[in-house]
Amino acid sequence: MTSLTNSIGPDVPAPAAFTAVGGDVPDYFALLKPRVMVLVIFTALVGMVVSQGHVQPAIGVISLLAIAVGAGASGCLNMWWDSDIDAVMVRTAKRPIPAGRVSSEEALGFGLFLSVASVLVLGLAANWLAAALLGFTIVFYAVIYSMWLKRATAQNIVIGGAAGALPPVIGQAVVSGSVGIESLVLFAIIFIWTPPHFWALALIKADEYARAGIPMMPNVAGPASTRRQIVWYSVLLAPLGLVPVVLDFGGLLYAVVGLIGGLGMVAFSIRVLRNREGDAEKRAAMGMFGFSILYLFALFSALLAEQSFGLFRPVLG
Amino acid sequence: MPDPDIQYRPLTPAEEARRRKRSVAIALALGAWVLLFFVLTIVKLGPQILSRPL
Repeated sequence: MTSLTNSIGPDVPAPAAFTAVGGDVPDYFALLKPRVMVLVIFTALVGMVVSQGHVQPAIGVISLLAIAVGAGASGCLNMWWDSDIDAVMVRTAKRPIPAGRVSSEEALGFGLFLSVASVLVLGLAANWLAAALLGFTIVFYAVIYSMWLKRATAQNIVIGGAAGALPPVIGQAVVSGSVGIESLVLFAIIFIWTPPHFWALALIKADEYARAGIPMMPNVAGPASTRRQIVWYSVLLAPLGLVPVVLDFGGLLYAVVGLIGGLGMVAFSIRVLRNREGDAEKRAAMGMFGFSILYLFALFSALLAEQSFGLFRPVLG
Repeated sequence: MPDPDIQYRPLTPAEEARRRKRSVAIALALGAWVLLFFVLTIVKLGPQILSRPL
């Protein structure tokens, strides 16, 4: 006779994920990766404000909510699929599924429901182009990245970075009903920003990724090659970050932030290249990781401030 | 229908408390869902909401 804890999992030695009887409310919230959701709301909002168009404020708020929930749903599906590797990595072992607070089945159902609901709400509130882009983002992150790329290739976060770069494009689609050059430039900036950002962390966590069997760049191509690639991506990112100025939707404030930030990215990447041993290596990599977050946040904040608070001063005529 | 081969055990007080909180959260989420569609309808239709054949 089998004994069950409530009706979900066997009361015999089994993976933690199968003994959960239902988590606390914050556990389900944690499944949505709230910090990623905040970043998605922020970048989608900037995609909306740089667009040529107008959206009713209530529709804008509901659309942002739908985009955030859609991003959260894809994070939830990612945690469902990756619970086995999350369990062996220190950084992720305390997540609700590997810690046994929420069952895999619950997370799957939660993620699927929120995916469908968010796309439906965005389609009804804004338009079906924005909804289709959100649906594509969810599928790209949950299926293409999580289920395929992440465990298959060292280019996982390079290609998978497209999912994280799409929110500004969705934001512009909400406002204008189309995809314009402004949001595509923002997409490109986030896309090129992603590899140096994640590889800086991967350099430090290489052992953990190796234990989990994830082919991150430092584990496949080696730390030296990864460091060189971090520099190349940073060198590419610095001028790319200034394209909004050339296209005249980034003003003087943005130009200053973009120039200083871009030079900072290159400087931090060179520091990563030069410091290859011990604590200096860790400090350099964590410095790169932290500065890259600050850089992207500052770039998008500058655009938001210029477009929303009348701070825009054209640089080129 | 319960499986006769499976022996169920009662929930502990902590598990019951968690279930109660989950139920409240689901109720609030459903309420928010209804409110969201109400607001969406009003905003989308605007004054036209009262201009319909009876």
